Amino acid sequence: MRPCSPRAARLSSLASILAFACGGASVGGAREVIQNKGSDTLVNVAQAWAESYSEVDSAVAVAVSGGGSGTGISAMINGTVDIANSSRRMTSSEIGAARANGTDPVEHLVGYDALAVYIHAHNPLDFLSMQQLAGIYGDDGTIERWSQLGIEMPGCPSDEIVRVSRQNNSGTFAYFREAVLDNYDFKLGSHDMHGSKDVVDLVAHTPCAIGYSGLAYATPEVKTPCLAASDTCVAPSMETALDGSYPISRPLLMYTPGDPVGEVKEYLDWVLGEEGQCIMLEAGYTPVAPVECVQ
Amino acid sequence: MTRDALARSRDFDRRGAAWYMDRAVTLFVFVGGISAILFIVGIFAFIAREGFGFVFTEFDAGEFFGSIAWRPTSMIERTYGALALIVGTASITGLAMVVSIPFSLAAAVFIGEFARGRTRETLKVLVELLAAIPSVVWGFIGLSIMNPLIIDTFGVPIGLNVLNAGVILGLMAAPIMTTIAEDALKAVPDGYREAAEALGATRWQVIRKVVIPAARNGLVAAVLLGVGRGFGETMVVLMASGHAINLPDSVFDSVRALTATIAAELGETAVGSEHYQALFTLGILLFAVTFAINLTADVIVRGIRRKGR
Repeated sequence: MRPCSPRAARLSSLASILAFACGGASVGGAREVIQNKGSDTLVNVAQAWAESYSEVDSAVAVAVSGGGSGTGISAMINGTVDIANSSRRMTSSEIGAARANGTDPVEHLVGYDALAVYIHAHNPLDFLSMQQLAGIYGDDGTIERWSQLGIEMPGCPSDEIVRVSRQNNSGTFAYFREAVLDNYDFKLGSHDMHGSKDVVDLVAHTPCAIGYSGLAYATPEVKTPCLAASDTCVAPSMETALDGSYPISRPLLMYTPGDPVGEVKEYLDWVLGEEGQCIMLEAGYTPVAPVECVQ
Repeated sequence: MTRDALARSRDFDRRGAAWYMDRAVTLFVFVGGISAILFIVGIFAFIAREGFGFVFTEFDAGEFFGSIAWRPTSMIERTYGALALIVGTASITGLAMVVSIPFSLAAAVFIGEFARGRTRETLKVLVELLAAIPSVVWGFIGLSIMNPLIIDTFGVPIGLNVLNAGVILGLMAAPIMTTIAEDALKAVPDGYREAAEALGATRWQVIRKVVIPAARNGLVAAVLLGVGRGFGETMVVLMASGHAINLPDSVFDSVRALTATIAAELGETAVGSEHYQALFTLGILLFAVTFAINLTADVIVRGIRRKGR
């Protein structure tokens, strides 16, 4: 479907054939396809947007795939997608690569994601300071046992804190490192899971474990302690992410190569409108601005 | 030669459909025959092209083989220490062999030498069925059944460790090793067994003193193939090993394997970046080790064969 977009015309050798094919197809009412790829954090909500949007504008189909923020951004730089989903801002080297490739990426804020710290449901821990969190995960951190946090963890006789983390090129990993470790390295030996849900699943089945993942992945089998950046301890919730009081909440972004036009612009406007933002809220994320949604 | 015969032979020489068919099939078989070589050369050229950019510039052998700090995305200082990954792969494969070699050799001896009729056929089918279980299913068993079991049984903090991955990998390698080992035992001529029995050897003596020594080429090949399977397996070690950079002190420690690191990180890495090339360098290492294992197997098997004859 992709070759039917205007960019395909650049492939001059194939252009005439494709133009014929696309022209022929559009007579039959073929749908315009928007390619959307990137962050695994955003993939579920992006899928929900795509499904609802097909009812709004049946002439446009949005093809969504995951793979991670970096994958989506590099696909946008290479010109294979129209919109890249990202759970982090583009790095300066990525922006440089895009400019070198002749595209000027434009950032669209579509919501917020609060990263919750997850512990086993039976863990008595309620309160965690950002310093303690950095002491558990950071390279020079000295907290390795639950007793150092002043708790006795039932079902964890070894008292050892089992750190659950993410693979080193995921957006969640990069955001946690930035927000909690101030961009210093993680302590080696963490269990690096391959997905947001895997982290929560492992913590739910491992009494000694601690992990971090999107708030949207919370289940009754795990607990999310409150976090204190200063004196007050703030519980992770949609409200605290929105008002900025929760210390680890991050923006969710969509990038387009240049200012969006045509169908892509209409789609992004809809995503940022009430309907799109309510879908965001339903998926467990925080909208850009408070919205009134029909339950 | 009569005129007729001459005409017939000329007829035979004519390049008809059958001749072209013959040529086409010959070519097809030839290409099929050398395709393995083309593929292996192509794969090596690809891995080398992607990885050598790193090997010849950033690569520091001391760090790569001597440090456990695998931090390819660090904001402070990127380091590419693969020691923990190499030790992780070796420890899981080692435990898998400890589990699978006795099991599969015993199974092969039972199926090949003791079981008869129905029992034998049923066992063979079951062993082959075991080999057909996809590795992601094994990984899932490790994650959801073995993990809580190991935590409860041994009271360790986490059940995703060398023990979990090693046992599962052993179970995965066992059916392949059993099948090949059984073939090797079957290839021993019945005359050997009959001769030994005629000399008054018991069944156990026949197997231990005659059949197994005669089949040892095949048995060595079976074991080495199992080692290769363990080394290259990815899904199970990704799911069941804990995927933690760590030098293990015991089987209850989590580790991370070379293959799992490539699988987990390659998908989100920018093509051509230093991290990408470093992952391909791990690929070159894996390729080299697998090549060395196969070469060793070949040399050993040939050596034994020469001595044996």
